[in-house]
Amino acid sequence: MNEIDTKACPVIANHIKVALVGQPNVGKSMLINSVSNAHLHVGNFSGVTVDKTEVLFDYKNFHFTVVDLPGTYAFTDYTIEEKVTHNYLCAESYDLIINVIDSTNLQKNLQLTSELMSMSKNMVIALNMTDEADKEGIEIDAEYMSALLGIPCIKVSAQTKMGIENLIEAVIIAFQTQDQERKLIFSEPVEEEIAEIVAYLEKHKYEAVNSYRNVAINLLKNNKKTYSKIHDNPIWTELQPILIDASRHIELHHDSDDIKEAFAEEYASFNRGIATEVVKQANKVEMKTLTEKIDNVLIHPVFGIPIFLFFMWSLFQLTFEIGAIPMEYIDGFFGWFGDTIGATIVNDEIRSLVVDGIIAGVGAVVLFVPNIIILFIGIALLESTGYMSRVAFLLDGFFHKFGLHGQSFIPLVTGFGCSIPAYMSARILKNDRDRLLTLFIIGFMSCGARLPVYVLFAGAFFSAEMAGNVLFIIYISGAILGLIAAKILKLTAFKGADEPFVMEMPKYRLPSVKLVWHTVLTKTMMYLKKAGTFIAAASMLIWFLSNYPHNLELEEQYGVKIEKAETKEQKQNLENELGVTLLEQSYLGVIGKFSEPIFEPLGFDWKMSVALQTGLAAKEVVVSTLGVLYALGDNVDEENTSLINAISKNISFPSAIAFIVVIMVYLPCLAASIVFTREAGGIKYFFYLLGFTSIVAYVLAFIAYNLTRALM
Amino acid sequence: MHTLKDCKKACKVKVTKLNAETELKQRLISFGIMKEAIIEVLEHAPAKSTIEVKVGKMRVALRAKEAELVEVEKI
Repeated sequence: MNEIDTKACPVIANHIKVALVGQPNVGKSMLINSVSNAHLHVGNFSGVTVDKTEVLFDYKNFHFTVVDLPGTYAFTDYTIEEKVTHNYLCAESYDLIINVIDSTNLQKNLQLTSELMSMSKNMVIALNMTDEADKEGIEIDAEYMSALLGIPCIKVSAQTKMGIENLIEAVIIAFQTQDQERKLIFSEPVEEEIAEIVAYLEKHKYEAVNSYRNVAINLLKNNKKTYSKIHDNPIWTELQPILIDASRHIELHHDSDDIKEAFAEEYASFNRGIATEVVKQANKVEMKTLTEKIDNVLIHPVFGIPIFLFFMWSLFQLTFEIGAIPMEYIDGFFGWFGDTIGATIVNDEIRSLVVDGIIAGVGAVVLFVPNIIILFIGIALLESTGYMSRVAFLLDGFFHKFGLHGQSFIPLVTGFGCSIPAYMSARILKNDRDRLLTLFIIGFMSCGARLPVYVLFAGAFFSAEMAGNVLFIIYISGAILGLIAAKILKLTAFKGADEPFVMEMPKYRLPSVKLVWHTVLTKTMMYLKKAGTFIAAASMLIWFLSNYPHNLELEEQYGVKIEKAETKEQKQNLENELGVTLLEQSYLGVIGKFSEPIFEPLGFDWKMSVALQTGLAAKEVVVSTLGVLYALGDNVDEENTSLINAISKNISFPSAIAFIVVIMVYLPCLAASIVFTREAGGIKYFFYLLGFTSIVAYVLAFIAYNLTRALM
Repeated sequence: MHTLKDCKKACKVKVTKLNAETELKQRLISFGIMKEAIIEVLEHAPAKSTIEVKVGKMRVALRAKEAELVEVEKI
């Protein structure tokens, strides 16, 4: 992994390309954010960054490209994210490595550092979280450490932006340095063998990009790349017996038949040595850390799970209760806005397009922004405090029974926010079967975009006190359905051995307000942006499909009838009738009528059928479709114009239940489906998902519809 | 023979051997669970299906099944 082609680096003199490497959850992304003012997603659990991200910025005369790589505990290619890092470091062209280290846990972090030291690239070590280490009474002698390792070590804190400039300066100096003399020292037997191999390589003037010492270390570590390179060289025949002897010697010394384990021990003792030399711990007394105290309560064998359920319940209560407060104003605003704008437009057609199409459609989606914000705040807190991993720990035993992995919890919870990052974060699962299984289940975790539909229906059919509980029940039953589906899939499609569960439990951190605010803001803006572009366009399309073709004959007929009508009531009834008849013979009406027989057993009228179909594009469109359809067909009653009232008036309770069930289970939106297909690794999986979710949704909705009807 | 699985809460042990196959062994080692390492058991999940241990300064969660592969001795 060291024979990197340095010549394949066609960079301009003052362009520095840096690979940012470190163990998971040491603050790599946050460091990039403080260096460059970028806004990468940050969380407090391993596996937030699952793919490499590049950030560009300028400093003095230098152009920097910083590549944020997924965290990796050791230099292996075990999980997909580790592979991303491993392959990048081995095969891509870059100038140097910044190794980010969590100062509060130096020895563990050095594990990766010492492995990186045998690469041919210059390094700089960023001793991150210095502020936290200070608080814990840990002091690292950075200068001494630099001297011991032969690598510049810079104290920084991504959180407080301390030392950032020093770090960049050190990178520039390291960039201008020819060959860093890194000092990685092993035990005597290993050093002996290295010396022998180096002497041999020197004698035969072996050509290598990396130093002979590093080549020797990699040969001893059974590094495949180094082997395949040297294998084609004539010296191989002579070198091979030397290597076999050397391995045997080292294994004997470590009383192990596994050279990798032997080297792991070598690295560990080197790291222990460095850590003992440079770290000064102020109070040696072993006190219970705050994290341990909190853990005593939160992961208590008996109370842990009830506490977790309480948190979730509170989140959905808040989502509904607080979210409902500004709703009235937003609804009122869009009503007023539509009327005001409508009054300025003379042309009937255009007015209808703007008011009933765009404003009604977008307004219906924007209405739910408060709910979305609260849900996102909840998820951001879950992510940034470190509680997420605790829940994975608590639920692993339970999940395991359903064939899932405790770590599946992380993508699944992310799925409550949005399915797209959830599909991406499933990469933390190493085993393909586990990952695929999780990918199939993520859709059962209702995403933020489905929340509007639930809030709408819960508001229409339940009292305000009950609506929060209903939301909680919807989300929990979605999750339980997901678990059952997982079990069925595990027993049928994804049979196989179980994967080991070994996971770090991060320290609890108080989430910074700025960070949570930023995450929530970005996600909310994304939602709003979607409302302004995609949803507005979809609303226009739906408006068009529901207004055309015009039937002038029908309009005239009714026009005459309305003229003749005597009472106001009769007039209104006729107008209403006209609206409904026109809608039914529109394009959308035809589509709806065509598919009505399919959805009839579930108790859906054609409007609901259409809304489900448009919902395949995005779940927000379900609400906006209903908004447009009911705004057009139901514009008679002046006092009850809101969508919630229209829904409760036009849809029966059993149909509503069946509708919610379909929304809970059926295919996620178009964008999510695309990501799913990519992450699952083939279009065939998309068709499996389509078939699986459609059948499950239909069957469950059918049962729910008939059961509710029987009970009523 | 003692394994990490048998350890009670708050018990401190030293690892003597890893019986896992190569991949899992690498995983355990990368979390600091290797020969000579000192491990403290912090907590058991409900039904003892998963345990939380402390290795150095790091807290690691692992399943009982994996803990069974870690041979330990009392210290």
